[in-house]
Amino acid sequence: MSSAPKTLFDKIWDAHVVEHVDGGPDVFYIDRHFIHEVTSPVAFGGLERRGLKVFRPEKTVATPDHNVPTEGQELPIQELLSRKQVDTLTANCEKHNIGLYGLNHPFHGIVHVIGPELGITKPGMTIVCGDSHTSTHGAFGSIAFGIGTSEVEMVLASQCILQPKPKKMRINVEGELHKGVTAKDIALYIISKISTSGGTGHFIEYAGSAIRSLSMEGRMTLCNMSIESGARGGMIAPDEVTFEYIKGREFAPKGEEWEKQLAYWKTLKSDDDAVFDLEYTYDAADISPMITYGTNPGMGIGVDGAIPTGEDMGKSDRFTFNKSLEYMGFHPGDKMLGKQVDYVFIGSCTNGRIEDFRTFTDFVKGKKKADNITAWLVPGSHQVEAQIRKEGLVEILEEAGFELRQPGCSACLAMNEDKIPAGKYAVSTSNRNFEGRQGPGARTMLASPIMAAAAAVTGRVTDPREFL
Amino acid sequence: MPIDKFVKFRSPAVPLPIENVDTDQIIPARFLKAVERKGFGDNLFRDWRYKSGDTPNPDFVLNESRYSGKILVAGKNFGSGSSREHAAWAIYDYGFRVVVSSFFADIFKNNALNNGLLPVQVSPEYLEKLFETIEANPNAEFEVDLESQTFTNLETGETTDYEINAYKKKCLLNGYDDIDFLVTLKDKVARFEESLR
Ligand code: SF4
Repeated sequence: MSSAPKTLFDKIWDAHVVEHVDGGPDVFYIDRHFIHEVTSPVAFGGLERRGLKVFRPEKTVATPDHNVPTEGQELPIQELLSRKQVDTLTANCEKHNIGLYGLNHPFHGIVHVIGPELGITKPGMTIVCGDSHTSTHGAFGSIAFGIGTSEVEMVLASQCILQPKPKKMRINVEGELHKGVTAKDIALYIISKISTSGGTGHFIEYAGSAIRSLSMEGRMTLCNMSIESGARGGMIAPDEVTFEYIKGREFAPKGEEWEKQLAYWKTLKSDDDAVFDLEYTYDAADISPMITYGTNPGMGIGVDGAIPTGEDMGKSDRFTFNKSLEYMGFHPGDKMLGKQVDYVFIGSCTNGRIEDFRTFTDFVKGKKKADNITAWLVPGSHQVEAQIRKEGLVEILEEAGFELRQPGCSACLAMNEDKIPAGKYAVSTSNRNFEGRQGPGARTMLASPIMAAAAAVTGRVTDPREFL
Repeated sequence: MPIDKFVKFRSPAVPLPIENVDTDQIIPARFLKAVERKGFGDNLFRDWRYKSGDTPNPDFVLNESRYSGKILVAGKNFGSGSSREHAAWAIYDYGFRVVVSSFFADIFKNNALNNGLLPVQVSPEYLEKLFETIEANPNAEFEVDLESQTFTNLETGETTDYEINAYKKKCLLNGYDDIDFLVTLKDKVARFEESLR
């Protein structure tokens, strides 16, 4: 049987369409649904008002991550509203028979960190969560994207959502990355090229030799940032690196089932002559360690570069650009090197995995934290934290003046106590530098863990390549 | 939750000529701690609307008494960033029924439609003219008609049409919501699950 060539995205999407609504979206089946304390309570409330049960409770997994404290997790949560959300999640899970990894469970952590590390995330799956960085799971060759609370309620009620099929985009990054250039830099580079709306309406497949060379952690970082280009999500075809990562994990298939699924996973790639609606190709050698200077993730440059002058911008672009620089306390044409830094944040579902902590630790080993820096090191999960301890990284970090906090989203969105004070500058490994994202008035510069490490030991924006 | 039926209306508009307005600006994370869907309008654009503390910022459009109405007109790429549906709830709760922009972020658009808030995407040129009209006369009125998929600047008489998915249009006009529809498909979904095995 011959059929039209398909992209990886088509193959998985088409296999999950239950029904096509006339003149409308597809009824799209969801294999795995992750929920957390912030975007789920209203959805459960809606179900209850309708007198509905959760349709497939075994396909939803819950964890509280967004608002939880990163110190004293053994104690009751101090902040009353946060505690109420976490308690509500627990109660809803109990009532509806949903598996929950609560605060002190060894599998607890940021939802997009625990899914993959537990082997829940697998190639070919459809995955949603009421959090835009659900795109992280696309690193395994799955279709994963963020949804709103109404859609969370849809999944709970029917295991489906209504979605129009997005368009397809491929981004190829070819060649070898320079030393000191990481997946985070690839992501920031791409967004600086296509802008924060360049991916809107599309689902991205990342391909090319530079992408293949990334570890699973790196691929997750890259797919995680897809949403910052406006795309619904990003994915990478699974390969040996993917299979190796999944094998043996808690919920990974075992024995015969493994062989069966593996055979299917190996078919998951775009056909040679598949057509994409949009395609970009970049040279890995053009990418430098990146840092952002403004208030959206598209405002990034190589760390040794200068902020644009804005002279060639149109009126409304210029207005937004100036507003952004004013918020940051920067000026058009400023060099980034040497800029003041007050806080360093390592963590989030973008860069809170074991590899990120290895990289950071490796860099600061034998050096000292600069006196002007407050550093928050927040593992993405309890398992990441345990691994950090097991590998003896804590001792090296402590020796260099850094301490580890407990897992959670933390300063990525500053819903808990971890807020960067107004006017202060943070080099952050998270994903968003929006006004006030890390606390009211906080000024965020997004970067990789290596850049963050360089800032942490020098106390200012520094080119990490000087040390490599 | 069933949504309100969308009925054709005329109203002045509030201008927000800023681009890339992300959902963290629409409603900052620290106000997402409610477990019920009410009262989010109070914190709409919180950090732009208020100076530090609770003093209203007189320069922000929502605090300028000359602007009013059920239509928010915003710069391109509105609603980017976080998937929080609270952003759509806050805008709706504040009293807006329509957001006009030259470009919307995907998740925001879905969230808005799921709550009876209509995103109207117009050309950059039309948007520019809208801002000019409102600047010249803050009481200028606009008409939003979903049935005919048109938006009219009553000041200049210029009408533009906009896209909306036929299914979503039906939902908005009739106040249907997706969950009512999806639960009718449960048997079909169960059969689909069988076929996956
Ligand atoms: S770490 Fe940040 S981006 Fe990731 S899930 Fe938490 S809040 Fe969302």
